Amino acid sequence: MTNSINELEKDATAIFLIGTNTTENHPVIGYKIRKNVRFNGAKLIIADPRNIELGNIADVYLRFRPGTDVALVNAMMNVIITEGLEAKEFIANRTESYEQMVEVVEKYTPEYSAQICGVDAEDIRKAARIYAAAERGSICYAMGLTQHSTGTDNVKTMCNLALLTGNLGKPGTGVNPLRGQNNVQGACDMGALPVVYPAYQAVTNAEVREKFEKFWGVPLSPNNGLTIPDVVDKAHHGEIKGLMVFGENPMVSDPDLHHVAEALDNLELLVVIDIFLTETAMKADVVLPGVTFAEKNGTFSNTERRVQRVRQAVTPKGDARPDWQIFCEISNRLGYPMNYGSPEEIFAEIRTVTPSYAGISYQRIEKTGIHWPCPNEEHPGTPVLHGEKFNRGLGLFHAIEFKEAYELPDAEYPLILSTGRSLFHYHTGTMTRRSSALNEFMPSNEVQVNPETAARLDIVDNEMVKLITRRGYIEVKTHVTEMVPDGVVFTFFHFSEAAANVLTQAKCLDPVAKIPEYKVSAARIEKI
Amino acid sequence: MIKLTINGKEIQVPKGTMVLDACQQAGADIPTLCYDPDLRLAGSCRMCVVEAKGRPNLMAACVSPAENNMVIETESPDVVESRKIILELLLARHKLECHTCERDGSCKLQDYCYRYGVTDSRYAGQGPHFGMEDPNPFFKRDYDKCIMCTRCVRVCDEITGAQAINVKDRGHHAKIATVFDGKLADSSCVFCGQCVMVCPVGALTSKVSAGKGKSYQTKDVLTTCTYCGTGCTFELNVKDDHVVGVTSVRDSEFSPVNKGALCVKGRFGWDFIESKERLTTPLIRENGELRPASWDEALDYTANKIKAIKEKDGPDSLALFSSARATNEENYLAQKLFRAAIGTNNVDHCARL
Repeated sequence: MTNSINELEKDATAIFLIGTNTTENHPVIGYKIRKNVRFNGAKLIIADPRNIELGNIADVYLRFRPGTDVALVNAMMNVIITEGLEAKEFIANRTESYEQMVEVVEKYTPEYSAQICGVDAEDIRKAARIYAAAERGSICYAMGLTQHSTGTDNVKTMCNLALLTGNLGKPGTGVNPLRGQNNVQGACDMGALPVVYPAYQAVTNAEVREKFEKFWGVPLSPNNGLTIPDVVDKAHHGEIKGLMVFGENPMVSDPDLHHVAEALDNLELLVVIDIFLTETAMKADVVLPGVTFAEKNGTFSNTERRVQRVRQAVTPKGDARPDWQIFCEISNRLGYPMNYGSPEEIFAEIRTVTPSYAGISYQRIEKTGIHWPCPNEEHPGTPVLHGEKFNRGLGLFHAIEFKEAYELPDAEYPLILSTGRSLFHYHTGTMTRRSSALNEFMPSNEVQVNPETAARLDIVDNEMVKLITRRGYIEVKTHVTEMVPDGVVFTFFHFSEAAANVLTQAKCLDPVAKIPEYKVSAARIEKI
Repeated sequence: MIKLTINGKEIQVPKGTMVLDACQQAGADIPTLCYDPDLRLAGSCRMCVVEAKGRPNLMAACVSPAENNMVIETESPDVVESRKIILELLLARHKLECHTCERDGSCKLQDYCYRYGVTDSRYAGQGPHFGMEDPNPFFKRDYDKCIMCTRCVRVCDEITGAQAINVKDRGHHAKIATVFDGKLADSSCVFCGQCVMVCPVGALTSKVSAGKGKSYQTKDVLTTCTYCGTGCTFELNVKDDHVVGVTSVRDSEFSPVNKGALCVKGRFGWDFIESKERLTTPLIRENGELRPASWDEALDYTANKIKAIKEKDGPDSLALFSSARATNEENYLAQKLFRAAIGTNNVDHCARL
């Protein structure tokens, strides 16, 4: 997030949610947004194909066709420019390439985009005016915006909208991805990405690499590494021979699971470090028992870049070992000694190579966590980014044309399938399906189907059906609900026995981020 | 600023301050049940009554604005007598099951009865019973212990915003209910358990923690939630080296993001830690089956295989999927292992998935 979570409760005067079912996936952030709208009168704009709970209190609710985000937001910008609502001073002083963006946006009139998106042109105008008029407008999004073959374009378009209205760099504004996992922010910060070392320092930058070579005392590879989908593909082709999977479950979370299974079966070595025998661990050559968050010390960095302590409460179960010790043991055996006495010692090393974490210490975050960047021990942390200037200097507008999703409905597969999470489960279910109350309350998957769609297909609520795409099918019970619009169906990805990712495609990813298009697949439903 | 005398002590407070806040600032320990600093005032339980000189009636301190030159006594004989009667009235509909109650030791009603020596109620035995058991797996609703403070109603409305419950009926028959007095699962309840957090007695208690330990038997460890990216903090309740529950920390200094508010997963989804299915020993595949192995054997096997592949096909034939659920420290070491010890940048995690 460019901004911090509590600003959504107090500072934002308008909030634009796109592709986030906040009350279900980030419940506590959802409470704050609802509170701001109900008690402070903040305006709420929602763009989501599904009828999410916050829709009840939205000022404008755009239930648009999945995958048409760019067309929708370009039209909002078209309205803002046409009606002269843009932040002229901000654009002049803090941005560049404005004209190129204006040129592209010109054809996206509300009427034009309304046709593409399946919404009312007047609602697009209303949304644009509310966001542009807000003293402090905040954009929040989640995987509903990003899990598309045009995910990067979608995000850039949201940045355009914020730049156009000067909604950056002050409390209550910003472009705010609500990240789905406890430490996905931290994993990125720590360089668990194929192209960067800690703090997003590029592996291809010779100067940076030299610094890390000196620090770690070994020569390092100058080449970008592979993303997860690329690794899976290359394992399929036999180019990747050995894979270590640490606290992940690609056999449930990755697109096109048949493809993933074949790839994993093709490996010479699959090492899995996890707390349970996950679907992925079942395929492993070696399984090493790690520990839960309750059995170790360390830090997590949340979606607002706040680094917070994780504290050991109980001793590891059986022979399980804290994961950091496992990495040290393996490294020592590979002839590269790693000797740390505690996670705090590791954190001390992190600080020295991660400029944004340099000022953070366990002592400083004993009570309240600190937002990075925090360059030195006197620095209070940075809840709001881009106050005076952007990292690159001027904020860059991107001229972005709308592109359709890769796989559109047709006669054979007439429905659009989206996948996502439930309030009651988390990701691949490794933890929540073994939490007694959560699993008792929601023991199985469902496919949400609009009553109109259900009537056409002659299916009723709670009926077991086959949900089919070009990749395969799952058998799942229906939930007939207005939650989804006619022609769109939705299913959860937590359940390995009816795994949504059997259905999703791994062929066409976002070309930059390599994110799969989980929100749009062509599907059909058959009676069993 | 206005000036008050509280238990003989003079203090100054800003205009608009409530008598309760003024008394607390003066160091007086005022008992409260329905009062919650994060919620709108109800002024319904009357536990916080105090005596103001020159006023005919005792006043509920939480809802009375402080006035200049007020002279207040917080434990005068009238106040104490009044609080005793209030406690007796509350006890009249509160099932006294302290010995088996989850909240024994952390129950405000119990504490106040102890403080004022109230053992039973002259008014007991008249009221209706609310034998309402809700079939949800998360928390128990025992309205025979409910004292109608309505903190649950207010927190559900004001913090969570679910508006799942309200007061049904009046007088002796008043109780907390969902619309049409049905099951929580059929209401707008999201099972966040904020109501359990604010309940001052044992009317609302976690089913997941039931029977596993009372608050005075557990050690609480402040930590950060392991689910979504919000970064809520809470306390793991530990008894005999087992996690037996989760409780909230409502102080924003320790809970800056969520101020004690949680969701159903954070509050009730912790017992996977204690699951019998946990992996407790390394495993190695042999003849197609995974069999238990010692750490040395498993680590040697792993390292030797990695070395062999690296020698044969080069470091870029190896890859790591690191973890968005693990700590910063672990992610740092994991990528360092692959970059520095193995020599490849094939390091990624499921940020996209």
